[in-house]
Amino acid sequence: MIAVWRGLSWRQRALITLFFAALVLAPLIADRYLVSVLTLILYFAYVGQAWNLMMGYAGQLSLGHALYVGLGAYAAALLWIYAGIGPWLGVLAAILIATAFGAFIGWLGFRFGVEGVYFALLTIAFAEFTRIAFDHLSFAGGSGGLFLPYEQRRLGEWWNLRGGQLVFYYTALLLATAAVIVVARLTRSRLGYHWLAVREDEAAARALGINAFRAKMAAVMISAGMTAVGGVFYAFYYNNLFPGQIFDISRSIEIILAPIVGGLGTIFGPVIGAFVLTPLGESLITITERFGINAPGVKAVFYGAVLMVIIFLRPSGVWPWLAGVLGVSERKP
Amino acid sequence: MPRKSIALDRRRLLAGAAAVSLIGAPAILRAQSKVLKLAVLLPRSGYLAPAGQSCHRGALIAPKVLADYGHQVELVHVDFESNPDVARTQCERVINEGVQGVIGAFDSAATLAIAQVCEPRQVPLVVNIGAAPQLTEQGYKFLVRNFPTGGMLVTNGLKLIKEEIEATKINPKTAVFLHANDTFGTAQRAAMDKLFPTAGLAFQLLESIAYDPKAQDLSVEVTKIRSLNPDLLLVVTRAADAIKLVRDMVRQRFEPMGIISPGSPGLYDEEFYQALGPLADYPIYNIPWADPKSAMSQALEAAFKPANPSYRYAVECFNVGFTFEALLIASNGFKVAGSSNGADMMAAIRQTNITDHVMIGPPITFDEKGQNVHIPSAGVQNRNRTPTVVWPASAATMAPVLPMPGWQGRT
Amino acid sequence: MWSIYLNVVVQGVLTGLIYGLMALGLSVIFGVVRVVNFAHGEFAVVAMYATFVLFKTLGLDPLLVVLPIAAAFFIVGFLLQTVLINSFVERPEHEQFILLVGVAIIVVNVLLMIFGPDTQPTNLSYAFDSYLVGPLIIDKVRIYSAVAALVIAAGLFAFFRFSRVGIAIRACADNLVGAAVVGLNVKRLYALTFGLGLACVGAAGTLMVMIADAAPSLGPAYTLLAFIIVIIGGLGSMAGALVGGVLIGVSEALAGFLIEPSMKSMFSFALLIAVLVLRPQGLMGRRL
Repeated sequence: MIAVWRGLSWRQRALITLFFAALVLAPLIADRYLVSVLTLILYFAYVGQAWNLMMGYAGQLSLGHALYVGLGAYAAALLWIYAGIGPWLGVLAAILIATAFGAFIGWLGFRFGVEGVYFALLTIAFAEFTRIAFDHLSFAGGSGGLFLPYEQRRLGEWWNLRGGQLVFYYTALLLATAAVIVVARLTRSRLGYHWLAVREDEAAARALGINAFRAKMAAVMISAGMTAVGGVFYAFYYNNLFPGQIFDISRSIEIILAPIVGGLGTIFGPVIGAFVLTPLGESLITITERFGINAPGVKAVFYGAVLMVIIFLRPSGVWPWLAGVLGVSERKP
Repeated sequence: MPRKSIALDRRRLLAGAAAVSLIGAPAILRAQSKVLKLAVLLPRSGYLAPAGQSCHRGALIAPKVLADYGHQVELVHVDFESNPDVARTQCERVINEGVQGVIGAFDSAATLAIAQVCEPRQVPLVVNIGAAPQLTEQGYKFLVRNFPTGGMLVTNGLKLIKEEIEATKINPKTAVFLHANDTFGTAQRAAMDKLFPTAGLAFQLLESIAYDPKAQDLSVEVTKIRSLNPDLLLVVTRAADAIKLVRDMVRQRFEPMGIISPGSPGLYDEEFYQALGPLADYPIYNIPWADPKSAMSQALEAAFKPANPSYRYAVECFNVGFTFEALLIASNGFKVAGSSNGADMMAAIRQTNITDHVMIGPPITFDEKGQNVHIPSAGVQNRNRTPTVVWPASAATMAPVLPMPGWQGRT
Repeated sequence: MWSIYLNVVVQGVLTGLIYGLMALGLSVIFGVVRVVNFAHGEFAVVAMYATFVLFKTLGLDPLLVVLPIAAAFFIVGFLLQTVLINSFVERPEHEQFILLVGVAIIVVNVLLMIFGPDTQPTNLSYAFDSYLVGPLIIDKVRIYSAVAALVIAAGLFAFFRFSRVGIAIRACADNLVGAAVVGLNVKRLYALTFGLGLACVGAAGTLMVMIADAAPSLGPAYTLLAFIIVIIGGLGSMAGALVGGVLIGVSEALAGFLIEPSMKSMFSFALLIAVLVLRPQGLMGRRL
């Protein structure tokens, strides 16, 4: 950890410190709306970072990451509702289940040589299959939904993620920060270099003696586990879960937009991406309302157009370009 | 809002509403002013758009009608795009902008997301439409629902079905229950499983079939039903599905004694009539409905017509009526409380007792959980491509007709 | 009892043929140009709306407008490839994906803005008719559209087999470098292929309104369906796309009939996983 910090230039350190401090102090000056938007941003930064691990570093395109969010969410929610077990323990179950699924999918994919867009379709198929399965699981509420009770007397229990806005804001901040640190550590570790080698040229990596299968499996499992923690947060933040919403493919797409727009395979890419896209969406709503444009769908059209523009002009992401401008480019490992 | 000529441009109307909401007098002044600022959160895009836009049409004409009844309201309209994340942040935003009450949201997930915001901020949330029973079971103090739960719909629906069968003197022996496998359909199924055995109906329920609401067509489902050959088909559908259902029934020449819904949308959407013409007639659906004899409903209809020339009040009154009633409840609470302070308004809303309202039924009241348990259903049948109340006799404008005439030879 | 099963299977086959035609377009595009067209279903929906509009304003039956719409989509595809997609052919898949997701979002919401969210049915005069063939009840719209789909697919097959351009396109698919060496204008052939692929989608969408109603939200479901069929049938095999479509149509119908209809999609996804893992080249996979 210290080694990572030492490896940064003073500019980078200053920027990171400022940024982090701003986020910690934000609720003091920001209103509730802004805090709720920031919470959303940090959530997407977190799950985006988890996905970034698998795609940006290990090169495996997963378009069904909502599967892990959903599994994590349901695991923790069910433990809370049926056994009163709080999220601190629930998260362990969440990670376990999601990692198991991830391992299974990874094993199926890598063992049988399913690559590229085929692997992506495999992940979609698993997510959709699970969605429909949960629609029929009556103990988890089925398509009618799973609801966490709102108990006023328990509101102070921040360790159970029961509480006001700030509990969730700081939890999200904690998660996003932890994700950045984890990724920074991992990429500079042996495993991280294995990932890089496998991503660039798997055959050559194998020739050098790297166990590509194990490296890829590690990426998938860590990514899945991390994502599940985001799911636990989601369950306690919204207090309700519906399979049709949480496992849906539109959610999977939402997750991957921030890291791709921000910059794949970079440490801060997903964070910057989230800070670009979520406010963009929110401000588009406000703008279309201010101009009295009563055409549902206008915001989405702008959003789609922005996506296309970004991918055209800055295909490697907004962050690498921005970092270059600010003189804080990440060191290429 | 200033009075304008009858030929109002909808776009200008919304622009006007948006502009007015922007001017926003400081909160202190508002508390003392007579105008209540309310937010209406609806899914006007995304997969729930049809229903959301229908409710929105009701929200747009509400201020004028409310004014005629002595309530001044200013509305902020939000489209949360069928996405609970957006619902939550937008709710925070509108409350920041001085909104004193929230109406919404049709979708249970979004409604609960909004509740997470309204509860700590002590802003009353009046649910216009949403049948998931848990909405009023989870312990929210700042939430009331003026809409039946899935259980209420089925209980009332089964009761009405029994009466309708007796009134039309048909004698069905068997029935099949077909429902969409979504939030609403599943809630109905759970209620049916629980309530049917003790409902005292003379026919036997052969099977309950769940279909995928995303399905392109229902030919397989209809074939399955056909193989069971029931006398009655009980359905819980949504808009587009009802069309597919009837179409495949016609093609496969399946003619049960009747298509009856214990309480669901789908059989009375405008596109249902457009697509099927005379084949749209005779299904019966038992749901809360606008009271044709209510003065408020008639006022609503009078306002609806000029603002929406291509939509019929007779078809939209369900969404429009409930959305209007939610706004009425909030306005009434404000008047009774005499202040827009959240806690005061909420206390007043929980004590609501409104005699003159839009939908059929006794005065609007709420129990200790915030649920209006007295909303009755009415038997509504498609006749001449128009929803017509046929039961109970006190509210009916026509007598019910069963068994339904065969598909062939209808004009 | 067997007559009911036969009915279910026949329905599945007829529906599957139209899905197969839609998948055919994707197979052509992906097999040759190697672009992952995640906006595939949205294009089909545009065709559905185009057909609906022509029917509503000019009273033209979908079977009449199939070819004109297909031709229009060919031009759109050709231009789209030349102007937009070409620069993305070499790019990594996730970038193609984002580009086409952007396109899909725009298309869906423009349709929403123009037509509103309600489904728009195309009320053909024979929409409610069916043929009685022994114990079978066959919907008129399904048999007409299925036959049309077969005819179009056959035409496309013949084109690729026998025409110069078709053979050239297949050469590109088989061996890109070799094709360039031999002097084929790869860029232009790509554009032609994309055009043909979209023409297929356009035709499929036109026929689709005979059995389904147009709505903006259908796009993603069709895209997914097309991908499933292409993978199962086999990438690059045209017959495979049709066979895959029929297989999916029949298996979904039977699964829906025997188990719970709401679970029938689970079956298709399970099949997809099985094929991806055990036989990734699909049932009939080979190059075009």
